[in-house]
Amino acid sequence: MTSSTSSAPAGRNDPSPATQKVLLGVGWLLVGVPLVYGLVQTLRRVVTLFTG
Amino acid sequence: MASFLDRSRTVAGPTYSRWLIPPAALAVHLSIGQVYATSVYKTSLVEHFGTGLAPIGVIFSIAIVMLGLSAAVLGKWVDHGGPRKAMFTAACFWAAGFLVAALGISTTQLWLVYLGYGVLGGIGLGIGYISPVSTLIKWFPDRPGLATGMAIMGFGGGALIASPLSNQLLRAYDPGFDGSAGSAADGSAVAQLFVTLGIVYFVAMMYGAFTIRVAPDGYAPPGWDPSTRKQSAMVTTASVSANNAIRTPQFWLLWVLLFCNVTAGIGILEQAAPMIQDFFRDGGTTAISAVAAGGFVGLLSLGNMAGRFVWSSTSDVIGRKKIYMVYLGVGAVLYVLLASIGQTVTALFVLLAFVIISFYGGGFATMPAYLRDLFGTFEVGAIHGRVLTAWSAAGVAGPLIINGFLDAQGEPGALVAGDYRPALFTMVGLLVVGFVANLLIKPVAEKFHETSATSSTAPANAR
Repeated sequence: MTSSTSSAPAGRNDPSPATQKVLLGVGWLLVGVPLVYGLVQTLRRVVTLFTG
Repeated sequence: MASFLDRSRTVAGPTYSRWLIPPAALAVHLSIGQVYATSVYKTSLVEHFGTGLAPIGVIFSIAIVMLGLSAAVLGKWVDHGGPRKAMFTAACFWAAGFLVAALGISTTQLWLVYLGYGVLGGIGLGIGYISPVSTLIKWFPDRPGLATGMAIMGFGGGALIASPLSNQLLRAYDPGFDGSAGSAADGSAVAQLFVTLGIVYFVAMMYGAFTIRVAPDGYAPPGWDPSTRKQSAMVTTASVSANNAIRTPQFWLLWVLLFCNVTAGIGILEQAAPMIQDFFRDGGTTAISAVAAGGFVGLLSLGNMAGRFVWSSTSDVIGRKKIYMVYLGVGAVLYVLLASIGQTVTALFVLLAFVIISFYGGGFATMPAYLRDLFGTFEVGAIHGRVLTAWSAAGVAGPLIINGFLDAQGEPGALVAGDYRPALFTMVGLLVVGFVANLLIKPVAEKFHETSATSSTAPANAR
């Protein structure tokens, strides 16, 4: 087991708070849009349980 | 491996927003969740290779077995190498699995599909599944159940995305394919689908790999006092290594309860569509159409996904032991109701199955937080990986139990509700075994705890 963490200061590569806000929106959008697509498609199938 | 993948390059500063971590974890879990959407092209592969359902089903079985094995064997490497390196490696294996399988489909070599999607893809699944777990737990010490529930919900959500997406892509690559049950796309269309999915998932998982960050040492969310964490004897502040964990009775009790919970859930998932039709069969005809049965499968997928988030988050409030008492105890009661009166009203059958499957999903998602409570955060990812071998075992046992009982009862298409009772009551027995295993879980004995000197040899932020 080796340690590789002591060589770099924590947060050296952190984006600024403003950039973090943008990344937050982009990140949740990137995973949220496909998830909503999947949910909508699945709900359309589920409807057939009650109508089909 | 290049230094930008090292843990040291991923340690965040104190002002880093922890809400950037779940999307990174979700990007990986939404990608690998595709493994539960293989039914879309199953018939096409049967036609293409001119074989039966069983040899094609082996592809999925190999992948799940490899998931458990790779998570168990590589768990310590994931914990100590850091999440970026793990996610990067998982993306490479998962994408390579699709590409090698596409080559196998193009050349009609089934063994290449086994090697690609099954072995390589399975390794990607195992590494990918555990890669964000310990990182999330350290970013969310106040709500570990919510954090891991969010990520593992993605595994359920991945199938919701991959299933309709694969259907649409197959229709685009093969205009003769209509996507209905029983229709088959030609082999080249399936190969193109695999190449497309391999590329798309590689990009998505790389997004996760490059945005994931490790919490700084001693991280505590604003407004949260770490001293409030240990409110119960069942939540330790000590550290137990993965090697020591497997020597404790607690590890094996957790293994048994996960095995029982997953086996019981698979009992319904494996047979969902024919099961609802058989439950409402009267005089040789069923009241549930094939389309409606497909809707039932979709509803169970939603229950599986929602349960992962809702129940795991609830465990932060009521405790892990109590939530597993619900999954296993209430689950057993619901199974009894399903077996005995499920055939009386469709809505009742659907409701019971929905809640049972939500418990199945909850059992998966709550496990990392339960492990953290009992063994600490030191090597929780590695311990989680080893517990996941219970999933592999259940993936074999569940279908064997349900199919074995149903085969003995009669021919598919002629079964009725009563024919399911032996299998369902067997699942009740399993849930009771899991319930007892959960009751027996006590705090881990001190002799298994790491000394502070030992645990300090672990990478910073792995503590």
